[in-house]
Amino acid sequence: MFYREAGQYKTNYKDDLATFPILQDRIAIGIYLVIAFVAIPIFGNDFFINSMMIPFLIFTLAAIGLNILTGYTGQLSLGTGAFMGVGAYACYKMTTIFPDINIIILVVLSGVFSAGIGAIFGLPSLRIKGFYLVVTTLAAQFFLEWCFIRIPWLYNYNISGAIEVPQREIMGVIITGASASPTARYLVVLSVVVVMTWIASNIIQGRIGRSWMMIRDMDIAAELMGVRPLQAKLSAFAVSSFYCGVAGAMMVFFWLGAAEVESFDVNQSFRILFMVVLGGLGSLVGCYMGAAFIWMLPIMITIAPSIFGLDINAATVEHINFMMIGGLIIFFLIMEPHGLARLWSLAKQKLRVWPFPY
Amino acid sequence: MNAHVNQNSVSAIDNIAKGDVLLQVDNISLSFGGVKAITDISFDIRKGEIRAIIGPNGAGKTSMLNVINGFYHPQEGTISFMGQQRTKMRPYVAASQGISRTFQNVALFSGMSTLDNIMAGRCLKMHKSFFWQIFRHGPALDEEIEHRKVVEDIIEFLEIEHIRKDPVGALPYGLQKRVELARALAAEPILLLLDEPMAGMNLEEKEDMSRFIIEVNEQFGTTIALIEHDMGVVMDLADRVVVLDYGKKIADGKPAEVQADQNVIDAYLGVAH
Repeated sequence: MFYREAGQYKTNYKDDLATFPILQDRIAIGIYLVIAFVAIPIFGNDFFINSMMIPFLIFTLAAIGLNILTGYTGQLSLGTGAFMGVGAYACYKMTTIFPDINIIILVVLSGVFSAGIGAIFGLPSLRIKGFYLVVTTLAAQFFLEWCFIRIPWLYNYNISGAIEVPQREIMGVIITGASASPTARYLVVLSVVVVMTWIASNIIQGRIGRSWMMIRDMDIAAELMGVRPLQAKLSAFAVSSFYCGVAGAMMVFFWLGAAEVESFDVNQSFRILFMVVLGGLGSLVGCYMGAAFIWMLPIMITIAPSIFGLDINAATVEHINFMMIGGLIIFFLIMEPHGLARLWSLAKQKLRVWPFPY
Repeated sequence: MNAHVNQNSVSAIDNIAKGDVLLQVDNISLSFGGVKAITDISFDIRKGEIRAIIGPNGAGKTSMLNVINGFYHPQEGTISFMGQQRTKMRPYVAASQGISRTFQNVALFSGMSTLDNIMAGRCLKMHKSFFWQIFRHGPALDEEIEHRKVVEDIIEFLEIEHIRKDPVGALPYGLQKRVELARALAAEPILLLLDEPMAGMNLEEKEDMSRFIIEVNEQFGTTIALIEHDMGVVMDLADRVVVLDYGKKIADGKPAEVQADQNVIDAYLGVAH
């Protein structure tokens, strides 16, 4: 009803090329940001911030990474977990070697290592496509997992084989380690995710993003229009792995506090892939929706009985949880195979012309 | 008229006078395993003309186009474009030299809007680095807007303003063909290859498309090579026609000459043995 673009005229191309050309969308984004940056830190309790919001944002970032590769460039990958691991281990090593450098800079730098590794494992994509590429990225997954176990230098010869996050602070506020407050960690994660979402949206709308989508939709025609497959595919692998690497580093440093190789196994890759598929391939909003669906909904279902005062056996709740999530995934994918983001945009399209849809 | 559409960064093209040879194909042979697709074909395309390539199904017409823009590498023979002989070449190199094409089965980027599809045609003209792309303000956005203006000129020229923002997958076939032509034009080609631009169209759409092809040729001076099965269209549009059959050239000349050629008549109608 209130979602209308009537009367909003664009008189130059700059306005027409804006990321959110509709006024109501810009207002909505503003409201979301105020809620995320102000309301949640003030009103959210530790459980909500630590167990729901922080992992939700981190998984969103990883999902954006995979979506750049799979949704925008059309290259399937099952190596997401390993690329997150590269980021985490790189960040851990760098904090050991350069203890005085600002931790946020190190987190972003660790993405660079991940990008490099990602580009190397992206090389097969020049010759093979589809499911065959999945198998080679799976090889990357297993190879890197092996490295995380067998190269003790990566975890500083720690006997437990785990990486443990040292305490670091910025401007007197502790943001990593056991004594960091959830709110401080949340705000750091949120800032990084918001900035990186903005950057992803910029790249996708520009020349480089267009060349990725050209490769995805029709690689022969893309090559004919002057896109070099080598550059386009490897840049997609690099940017995608960069995002995954930063997500992995943040996962260890701002959420888990310590991690072993199990945090970056193939299940993690699958989880991110489900988020992307369910949220919507080729959509940034979809990454947020998919991450919220896969991560937050199960937690809400688990705590729902205690909120309503029902006394149900924890194991029963767990089983109901699996059934409901599985059922909902099937339901949503049958209703809209292009994911939640498509449902969202269809709803907006309907609202735009309501109540006269002709 | 559209001054910036016609501007071409390649200056070598200015050295070639209208009517001189732009593309020379010499003794090209191409085979896939034991199948000979093209045998010993030679012809030329002159600057500013509309050159038709015709022949029955399987004559090797599309293979010929694929050789010209670098998808296939012929086993024998040479091709020279703008006086430069070339060996094995990737399609994107051909694109950067100014060869652009449309496809027999529409090969649009189906997940993108009409506007983005046509913008995609300009990707060789856009150079702002990754660093600026990250911000999408300043230089990268200026570049985007500058190219958007060119694209809007092409949209106006081909009369597709109303579908500017629509996803191309949902467009009717005739319009898809037109968007594909727009995309090819956005690259400001020196040589435009059209593979059956009128296949599957009704009479009105064919008339529109013919009009656009002639206008492109006359206004922008673009050299056009087209494959087409509709003989009426070919005879009206083309300056010269080359006829292929079973991978061999059987006739070459002005439409009227080709039409009267006994070999051509035999190829199309069959001949009693």
